[in-house]
Amino acid sequence: MEKTLTIRDLRISFQASGGTVRAVRGVDLDLYQGETLAIVGESGSGKSVTVKAIMGIVSSNQIVEGGTILYRCREKDEWTERDLLRLSRREMRRHINGTHIAMVFQDPMTSLDPTMTIGMQLMEGMIQHLHLSRALARRRAIELLELVGIPEAEKRMRNYPHQLSGGMRQRVVIAIALSCSPDILICDEPTTALDVTIQAKILELIQEIQRKTGISVIYITHDLGVVAKVADYVAVMYAGRIAEKGTVEDIFYDPRHPYTWGLLSSMPDISDESSERLYTIPGSPPSMVDLPAGDPFAPRNAYALEADFKAEPPMFQISQTHFAASWLLDERAPKVAMPDSLRRRIESMRGGERTDG
Amino acid sequence: MMTAKEYASLVEREDFVPAQNRDLGIDKVYSAQSFWKDALGRFVKNRGAVFGLVMIVLIVVMAFAGPTLSGYDYRTQDMSQRNLPPHIAGWESAPIFSGVYTQYVNGEPIRSNVYTQKGIEDVTHIFGTDALGRDQFARTWTGTRVSLYVALVAILIDTFVGMSFGLVSGYYGGKLDFFLQRIVEILSTIPTTVIVTLLIVVMKPGLTSITVALMITEWIGMSRVTRAQTLRLKEREFVLASRTLGENTFSIIFREILPNIFGQIIVMCMMTIPNAIFTEAFLAFIGLGIPAPLASLGSLISDGFKSMTMYPFLVLFPVTVLALLMLSFNLMADGLRDAFDPKMKEM
Amino acid sequence: MFKYVLKRVLISVVTVLIILAVLFTMLHSMPGSPFNDEKITAVQRANLEAKYGLDKPLPVQFVNYLKAMLSGDFGVSYVIQKNMPIASLLRARIMVSIRIGVQAVALGTLIGLLMGIVAAMKRNSFLDTFATVVSVIGVAFPSYVFAMAMSYFIGFRLGWLPLLYSTADAARSTVMPTISLSMFSMATVARFARTEMVEVMGSDYMLLADSKGISSFRLLGVHGLRNALIPIVTVLAPLTVELMTGSLVVEQIFAIPGIGSLLVSAIQFNDYNVVLAVVFVYSIMFISVMLIVDILYGVIDPRIRLAKEDAST
Repeated sequence: MEKTLTIRDLRISFQASGGTVRAVRGVDLDLYQGETLAIVGESGSGKSVTVKAIMGIVSSNQIVEGGTILYRCREKDEWTERDLLRLSRREMRRHINGTHIAMVFQDPMTSLDPTMTIGMQLMEGMIQHLHLSRALARRRAIELLELVGIPEAEKRMRNYPHQLSGGMRQRVVIAIALSCSPDILICDEPTTALDVTIQAKILELIQEIQRKTGISVIYITHDLGVVAKVADYVAVMYAGRIAEKGTVEDIFYDPRHPYTWGLLSSMPDISDESSERLYTIPGSPPSMVDLPAGDPFAPRNAYALEADFKAEPPMFQISQTHFAASWLLDERAPKVAMPDSLRRRIESMRGGERTDG
Repeated sequence: MMTAKEYASLVEREDFVPAQNRDLGIDKVYSAQSFWKDALGRFVKNRGAVFGLVMIVLIVVMAFAGPTLSGYDYRTQDMSQRNLPPHIAGWESAPIFSGVYTQYVNGEPIRSNVYTQKGIEDVTHIFGTDALGRDQFARTWTGTRVSLYVALVAILIDTFVGMSFGLVSGYYGGKLDFFLQRIVEILSTIPTTVIVTLLIVVMKPGLTSITVALMITEWIGMSRVTRAQTLRLKEREFVLASRTLGENTFSIIFREILPNIFGQIIVMCMMTIPNAIFTEAFLAFIGLGIPAPLASLGSLISDGFKSMTMYPFLVLFPVTVLALLMLSFNLMADGLRDAFDPKMKEM
Repeated sequence: MFKYVLKRVLISVVTVLIILAVLFTMLHSMPGSPFNDEKITAVQRANLEAKYGLDKPLPVQFVNYLKAMLSGDFGVSYVIQKNMPIASLLRARIMVSIRIGVQAVALGTLIGLLMGIVAAMKRNSFLDTFATVVSVIGVAFPSYVFAMAMSYFIGFRLGWLPLLYSTADAARSTVMPTISLSMFSMATVARFARTEMVEVMGSDYMLLADSKGISSFRLLGVHGLRNALIPIVTVLAPLTVELMTGSLVVEQIFAIPGIGSLLVSAIQFNDYNVVLAVVFVYSIMFISVMLIVDILYGVIDPRIRLAKEDAST
């Protein structure tokens, strides 16, 4: 599989009234062609800032302190590689945004321009980037609307956003994102603002498109249910760093970081017959302005070691695909196992899968 | 980036023991700022707003102390001291308040010290005197009182008429709201100037008629804001909760709704004040102000304007006080709006 | 949309009727009758009253009054220019007022928009601070402060522009009145445009449009400006009110022969007929502007245009 995106040591901070917020503190990520990467984390963990940096959307008070985002793609039958952080805003607009990397935002109710018809919003990018004639762009727009499952596409072209339901709007946003056949689709919590029944449909739609076009997808979400459903590779972020990353099997069946344990334990499970109380991770994410010394998660971590309060743990490699940043993985650390309830739950999930298969 | 080895050396072997005596997972409660404290903090940080507040306090103090300080009263005429330029005794050589009168003849200034010519160097008229020899300082500050009175009236009208109208209309809704809103709609379609002018034409010019005019026109903005906020709040959980608990309408309005829209109400009041002051000054200017010998800033400006090219100081001081007053109330209103609700849109 | 327009028109018509009713009542409650000339005998007076329909019952008189007012027959002036039909008095003056008013709105809106947009684009810069200061002053100071200052310094001391209006030099004469009247429009529009633009720039749809990679010209010009401009239409109504009020004073200061100064002198000379006529003309102008603004707003904002359509079908 070809690697399409390589993020190394990405560091972004911004100035807030309280001081400098270090939103992203050294993130390494890889994305392969056709793969689905999910970035999981609580709000403020830096996941949105990370992907917006890929799009070149950096607000005026943000500073990219360092790192690289290498993007590889085929252009005229040749592989080219570019560092997106070195491109100007103008170059990003011209060569990357929309045509190579596109994005779907969280709230479909507000992410469409209320004063422009759906059709025009769809055609706009194609006319600009692909230099299509209006008629051609229109034909392709209708095709796209049909692709994302909007009935009476031709009629809908003339509609304004407020005339469509939330689910329909998100389909339109997806159609807009796909309009210039990008290689990477970034979905920033694409279903959180939607009704539960529609959520699944939108996810299925994205998966179907992925099957048809072989596009790579990055999901940002805090919903592990979504992750389990769609992702190939998962990165769990906490306080601007990656706490654990691995394939979906690694993360769900063999989690190593106490934060991942917490997240998995706090996931509601309908098949779980035990009447245990749903677990919640104690405390709340730290203020990113004055981070404590050591691991920012330590104060909320029941398995914290003294070491966690002294220094931030490095990334330990567990397998070819699996990494976690926890001192528990150091050879000097005492053996600490995941909580029993989580272990039982994983076992029952595995068992269920075996009987299914 | 550090290598794994460098990382590993950051901690010692003995650190690999479960952390002891740490307050685990206790939610850190950030010192909760109360709404009012928060608002006060934002207000104080706003330089414009603080300037406005200081100016208003200063103007209020002068409005009450000024006439006494001058040693004159606003209506005593002295025909021997007409149209005297600003002068403070002993400041003859100072750049301002020196008593020098400058006349422009074909653009050429001709300067002369009227006070020395008349031999009255010991007389002080800080803002000069008008055509009837009345002290402008006393008149300006007496006139300011009228503006302040109008400001007070505006606040009262806003709270009593505007707020109750909006509360009732918003809270009860239905047919009553429909009816009340049509009244507002029609009233706001008639230009204020027209209403006020007609009213004063019918009634005698004076403070009473100005008050009545303000009463008809100045409450509409407030009633709109109150209504919109009430509509928003009455569906909120805490209001629904007290309603299901059987609290009566009166106490729901006063205990649940009112405290929550108080910020907006204060802001709206502050916005009405400059409007009201301006209305009074405007009426005075077109000859519908309070009758002489009483003065208001508007009537002083109107009178002074007639001889502006000869005696610009007669206009200068009342206009400056009026402009400062309007500016200060505007700045303060803006500051309060930002303080109470940084997101409240400009109105 | 149809329903929306109908409702607006209806409200305007009702308002006009109410204003006329008020004016009619005032006409009747005025001390004395139009014919209280001492030389007129009781018989002559009765004849005159019959001639002008003043002996008829009130409702009939009101209908006649309506007909007259709406056809532009406002009666005659008693004091300012004895027995001069008010309609012709107005005709000569109204264009001057409208010219200055339109110039002021155009100038104010144009500069205000520019200032607001630049301030929003370069937030917290020197330009932003400058625009904020100018707009605070423009909103706070009554237009006559600017008018007087300009009249004294530019007109009197420097002598660059005519101190008083002269028909012979109309174009140059309108410069100072236009600028002083436009200050409020400029300040209001600048303030509003800045807020709207900042809000629009931070909106999700701008983010999406940006992520499409369209040119920054199209991003700002089409998506940004259009969304920011729609709400600005709503401030045009308060601007006209301010303009009318301002024009009364500014016309006075520059001795402009417009309807504003006509109203002021009519008030000062107690020429009731003229006062009522000018007030009526003002009301009609204001109500028309409000109506146009409301309908315009509905037309350019698809959310209103289409929502109302859906509701009425």
